[in-house]
Amino acid sequence: MEAIQGGYRRPSFFRGLNWFDWAYAAVLAAGSLYAYKLYGGYMDGYEKGILFLTAGSFIGLGWFWKPMRSLLPLVAALSLFGISQYHGELARAGQAFWLKYLFSSQSAIMWMSALFVMATAGYWLGLASRSDFVCRVSAGITWSAAAMGLIGLLVRWYESYLIGADVGHIPLSNLYEVFILFSIITALLYLYYEQYYRNRQLGAFVLPVISAAVAFLLWYTFDREAHHIQPLVPALQSYWMKIHVPANFVGYGAFSLAAMIGVAHLLVSKGILASRLPALEVLDDVMYKAIAIGFAFFTIATILGAMWAAEAWGGYWSWDPKETWALIVWLNYAAWLHMRLVKGLRGPILAWWAVVGLLVTVFAFLGVNMFLSGLHSYGTL
Amino acid sequence: MQPSRVPFYRAVYELFSSMRFAISLLTVLAIASVIGTVLKQNEPYANYIIELGPFWFKVFSILGLYDVYHAGWFLAILLFLVLSTGFCIYRQAPLMLRELKSFREHATEVSLRAFSHQAVFSPIAASASVVQRLTAYLSGQGYRFKVGGDMQTLIAAKTGSYNRLGYILTHSAIVIICIGGLVDGNIPLKVQESLGYKKIETRDVPSGQVPAISRLSPANLSFRGSVSIPEGGAADVIYLNVADGYLVQDLPFQIHLKKFRIEHYATGQPKSFESDIVITDRASNKSLEGTVSVNHPIIYRGVAIYQASFGDGGSGLTMNGWNLFSPAAKPSPYKGQVSQAFGLSNGAELYTVEVVDFKAFNVQDTGEAEPAAAKKPGFWQNTSRALSSAAAVTSSNKRLHNVGPSYQYKIRDAQGQAREYHNYMQPLNIEGRRYLVSGVRDAPNETFRYLRLPVDENDGIEGYMRLRATLFDKTQYPEIARRFAAAAMPAESAGGEALRARLAESTVKVLEMFSRGGFGSLARFIEDSVPKAEQERAAETYLKVLERSVLEAYQVSRARAGQAPAQVDERTMQFVRDSLNAINDSFFYGAPVYLQLTGFDEVMSSGLQLTRSPGKNLVYAGSVLLILGVFVMFYIRERRIWLLVKAEGAGRPGEILFAMSSNRKTLDFEKEFNMHKQNLTELLNLETAVDRSTGGLMQ
Ligand code: HEM
Repeated sequence: MEAIQGGYRRPSFFRGLNWFDWAYAAVLAAGSLYAYKLYGGYMDGYEKGILFLTAGSFIGLGWFWKPMRSLLPLVAALSLFGISQYHGELARAGQAFWLKYLFSSQSAIMWMSALFVMATAGYWLGLASRSDFVCRVSAGITWSAAAMGLIGLLVRWYESYLIGADVGHIPLSNLYEVFILFSIITALLYLYYEQYYRNRQLGAFVLPVISAAVAFLLWYTFDREAHHIQPLVPALQSYWMKIHVPANFVGYGAFSLAAMIGVAHLLVSKGILASRLPALEVLDDVMYKAIAIGFAFFTIATILGAMWAAEAWGGYWSWDPKETWALIVWLNYAAWLHMRLVKGLRGPILAWWAVVGLLVTVFAFLGVNMFLSGLHSYGTL
Repeated sequence: MQPSRVPFYRAVYELFSSMRFAISLLTVLAIASVIGTVLKQNEPYANYIIELGPFWFKVFSILGLYDVYHAGWFLAILLFLVLSTGFCIYRQAPLMLRELKSFREHATEVSLRAFSHQAVFSPIAASASVVQRLTAYLSGQGYRFKVGGDMQTLIAAKTGSYNRLGYILTHSAIVIICIGGLVDGNIPLKVQESLGYKKIETRDVPSGQVPAISRLSPANLSFRGSVSIPEGGAADVIYLNVADGYLVQDLPFQIHLKKFRIEHYATGQPKSFESDIVITDRASNKSLEGTVSVNHPIIYRGVAIYQASFGDGGSGLTMNGWNLFSPAAKPSPYKGQVSQAFGLSNGAELYTVEVVDFKAFNVQDTGEAEPAAAKKPGFWQNTSRALSSAAAVTSSNKRLHNVGPSYQYKIRDAQGQAREYHNYMQPLNIEGRRYLVSGVRDAPNETFRYLRLPVDENDGIEGYMRLRATLFDKTQYPEIARRFAAAAMPAESAGGEALRARLAESTVKVLEMFSRGGFGSLARFIEDSVPKAEQERAAETYLKVLERSVLEAYQVSRARAGQAPAQVDERTMQFVRDSLNAINDSFFYGAPVYLQLTGFDEVMSSGLQLTRSPGKNLVYAGSVLLILGVFVMFYIRERRIWLLVKAEGAGRPGEILFAMSSNRKTLDFEKEFNMHKQNLTELLNLETAVDRSTGGLMQ
């Protein structure tokens, strides 16, 4: 009898970890300690804090979502391999074999772009042919795209230091770089829900948003040559950038995901593709989860932004257009959450609302930079 | 019968604490916020008048749209939001706390049977050991429980109750943040202003002359203003911009600016702005030295000092004034200082020169690194360029160059009319040739039109100026014309003497006309005196004569300066054509004198922003609560389980009623319900349970 009860005991979180989890944690801890030993002398207190917090959060992330335990070390290993190919010379990006075709930041990012487009096509093919196999392959391609994107960003980080020690900075400083981050984060969020809900059909809806981001990225590269690494203007030289920007993009990514699920929801509720897509309950649920996580991170990002503003501009809230639009986005989703959680609203209205929410979000993310002027200095088109 | 009346205050309370009202406020707030992002805020009022016209300017002004976020009605919305959320907390928090504590162990069988998620396990031999097994199961699943009941045993269990704290945390956070914001807003100031205790200063006077009614004492709790200090200068006040004027905020200390520095990247883009300052306390006379830079403020006695902007703090300049229309080939020297004025005369009229600004660095995209840029690269070229990141990384940076110092000034004539000028100190490369350029515009909202003065073989402007002087010197015309005629018609040609004299005569005429009004004078002359059909050919001829004779003028000017004649080649001809264009454009330059910058002694000024914002701590504290609360609300899920163990009764077997509820109906909840049902079935050694659930998620 004891045995039976024991079988129903929910194991505590730490007891549930296996050797792989601990090995993963050990590697990350050792890696960050090694980095600290090498570069600690160049960091200020905040940067040291960010280094260890990042290591800690990645360990937590890996424990919470197991595939991360493979993805992150793989990305790290390939990035380090790429970096080792430079021999300290930027010019080798266009000459050394591995760099030229795979791991220079630009090549990796182009790979990421190509893979995302392929995955989009794959998911649609899978949806059309009702083939789980094709969808599984597409998920694999999405994973590789995310990996290539991460490698691209990490190598780009290194490349920026090769241009000049004073030029080097984390690649989150302009529209080009954050679009890459957006694609990666949206893809990873999607992959998480794909696994959580054991449902691969929604890729056909989420991946197009990533492909749109990729299209913008390519246009930005070929037409505007925006892929050049630029030194940071003084306002952006702050450790806040390292946390404010990623937090924001978890928000943007999750909101985009929710909007695309909203589109699927609207189609299904009209009977379109209903036999191929998950039930409305599931769509409702994913939409809520995505908006919840997006809202949580967007809250953090906005607060971090306010703290940064307090340090850079002399006031935590200046009603700068970007700030104001962030508030509008935030209020919009706060209202959405109230309607769902307090009023118990479900169904097409919330789906429409999530779709419109994306328009508001896109305006806050892009429109403000294009149409309104303000203190936010990065990313004029 | 009288309907029972709700008292007014009660109705207001009901309205304010209702969620519909709160959602409406959120929506109104969002829409109102948009206005301020579309209409530029806090611009000088003159700009709004130009943009909107007097009528709409007035309307917008009454609505407070030039500073929406501080307009009374906007603050009122915020206040309503605070009240609404406050009332909501007041109303909900006790309920939430009760929920947090309670196990709801008094739930009745009837109420449990009304649950949407429930199941019945039967038959069961109800006993203490069953209850014990069930409670062990529940605690194994992380639930806390209470066992009670008199007739039958009710196990009431719950987990994740702290979810309810989330509501209290987030909503009080909103209230706290808004209060913090209102503390730092200018409400006290607005009140004082509307009561007439404070008055906005609109005159442009030294801070010392601003009367007390427009000054704020150092004890002022909260302010945000700025001041610009020249190197070597000091300030003990800052200016708060309000509507179309300002208020002076006295500081409890003095800031002395020792040095302002800009550092640049190799590409010329700015890397850092830094001010070395000394803060001297007024009370204790103690001093503190430090450096303020972007993202690195200094905080002194609760006042944060930020690097906000920079400018010129009164650089000393030396200039050469070239009279553009006189036969003099020598310039007169001038001395000036940024933000100061000096007098200037062209011999006939008096002008004032007001020096507006000076910049030692001008980084421009000169487009030089890629001469092929004119041809749009093909797709493959483009692709390979985008792929090889290393090359790409630098190519666009290479085009950025520092083109050296420039300065800006206004020339005002005796009638008070002013034009603005923008001169570069060094020649710029334009279309492969080099010019000293000077921009002119009639009004601040226009773009500069640039006069290009070609430089000579020594990269100086002297060659052009000598040529210009010669062309405005009528006594030189016969000699120029003679040389031209001689060159055009060699001595031995037929009809010689007379023709040559006629040619020389018309050359003098052409030169005279050109020196009177440029190409325009020539064109008018041709229009008036040549039949229409031949005008084009005549123009060509005249131009050729002009060009050739100006070449001779150039040689004359060189000879007078003791220089060897210039070689007659394409370069010299280009110089002659450029000079002709420059002289022609001088007629539209609007000033009689070109002020060439020859030297400078740079003095920078630093724009500092100073704030005291005691509300910040409240805002930050509220923010922490908000983040905590949001995560608690989303990720601590409250669930309750009831297990009603009923001993067997008259004619029916013992059974267990299993009911489950949550304040969040999600798929996870559905899954968990099914899992518990399954587990309990197994635990009780039953085949199946009878699911009495009435509905799924959509309830
Ligand atoms: C600035 C105003 C407000 C903001 C930003 C705000 C924000 C939020 C957020 C983020 C949630 C979390 C959603 C969730 O439960 O996961 C929430 C829940 C809630 N809000 Fe508000 N809220 C505001 C005002 C109000 C007001 C005035 C009321 C009063 C009627 C209210 C009532 C509620 C209730 C009852 C919940 C659900 C709590 C629960 O069931 O656990 N909110 N609010």
